[in-house]
Amino acid sequence: MARYGMVIDTTKCVGCMDCVVACKTENNVPEGFNRDWITQDVTGKYPTLHMEIRSERCNQCDNPPCVYCCPTGASHVHDRGGVVLVDHGMCIGCKACLASCPYDARFIHPDGYADKCTFCIHRVEQSLDPACVSVCPTHCMTFGDLEDPNSAVSKLLASRKYHTLIPETGTKPQVYYLV
Amino acid sequence: MHELTTTRHNELIDPSLHIWGWEIPVYLFIGGLVAGIMIISGYFTLKGQYKKNVFSSFYLPHISLVLLTLGMLALFLDLEHKPYVWRLYTTFKIASPMSWGAWILILVYPALWANTLIRIPDRFNNIVPAFDKLSQKINEHPFLIKNIGILNILLGILLGMYTGVLLSSIGARPLWNSAMLWMLFLVSGLSSAAAFVHVIAPDKHERVLLAKADNAFLTLELFVIGGFISGLLTSTSVHIEAAYLILKGPYAPAFWVLVVGMGIVLPLFVQLLAVNEKVKHTVIPPLFVLAGGLVLRFVIVYAGQYSHYMHQSLAR
Repeated sequence: MARYGMVIDTTKCVGCMDCVVACKTENNVPEGFNRDWITQDVTGKYPTLHMEIRSERCNQCDNPPCVYCCPTGASHVHDRGGVVLVDHGMCIGCKACLASCPYDARFIHPDGYADKCTFCIHRVEQSLDPACVSVCPTHCMTFGDLEDPNSAVSKLLASRKYHTLIPETGTKPQVYYLV
Repeated sequence: MHELTTTRHNELIDPSLHIWGWEIPVYLFIGGLVAGIMIISGYFTLKGQYKKNVFSSFYLPHISLVLLTLGMLALFLDLEHKPYVWRLYTTFKIASPMSWGAWILILVYPALWANTLIRIPDRFNNIVPAFDKLSQKINEHPFLIKNIGILNILLGILLGMYTGVLLSSIGARPLWNSAMLWMLFLVSGLSSAAAFVHVIAPDKHERVLLAKADNAFLTLELFVIGGFISGLLTSTSVHIEAAYLILKGPYAPAFWVLVVGMGIVLPLFVQLLAVNEKVKHTVIPPLFVLAGGLVLRFVIVYAGQYSHYMHQSLAR
């Protein structure tokens, strides 16, 4: 059984926002909303500062609180690759999933339903990379099957240091950041 | 230092989560109030007080039906995808407190109806013959009346608990992520219900009785608030920061002055004097209790949305 994940090399990301534009174009994301975004994280004490630029999105958690709290089952885990999706026709717009996501990765689409990154599952099903991955000019993003030890994502995670976002919440995020 | 800059600016999400406006706190308050009313009126029904036309047993269930409908209306207004609301009742999701709540509310309505049918007020007699028949049937079986009382108490407890569990199950918001929240909302609901009866019951004896009960609920609420805060303060750094939001942060004035001061301590003090016949009973202290209960929901819902993991956990 495949488990899709994304590995993002923060040492290559320049924060150009091509991924953001590609996502908005591919998924027709309405104006004023983002399914993915760029975060600049500066830590340390001057003059020893460290900056990490990250392309962030829904972390497609293995333990997704947004799915558990959904009262109608609109938020669900897709059979293929464990991707967390929203069935628009079942969503009542109660916003419980927005509250339960520690990454604030969801938003309410102007049509009333909860919306978020889908890992471009419609492209993945045609053996294409997600739109954000396919346009990245520095090739900092890699998408693939984490269950396959020979996939590019598995090899990167086996060979490099990485972290995930807010692991202490126990959601088991499947977007990994190489450092 | 730790500086986080994001290009995201999603409506209702950034700069801090503010997805739930006035509708949810109002719904939680009315839900808690109805829960308290069900427990109180259920108790009076169980004790056979409906025979004496006691307000809590006689009129309170009717009023709570209207209140619950108003609460449900507030909840409906909050939904962003309103035409799909029926989807709540096409499934039951065991892990979702909101799904539990939707089904509990389905059970609450008939329980309240049954309580109202034990004694139909004279002015409503012979309007709907089916109700009169049902009322007659219920009164032919005293055992059934006791069970209706018990059912109202149990469902009231469940409803009151649910209003707290709805929030406390959301682990992403540290302020809500407390095992004390259901107890706080349940006790606050009981206190609000007692205050509500104190305000509108015509019988002095009943008002005094409910004022005494309210004093007990208010005292208990102070202890529960203490437990809620100490639980957060002895937890992780994000929970401590969340507690500071209401202890000394932007929500502190509303919490200390309106909820604790004017909503609990002051009315408790005045009502203690009143039940000991040092001062006259007035509707002012219970009105303060009701306002305090409402503000409590606003403070918890708003401050909870503001509380977050992100700011702390990314620091390496």
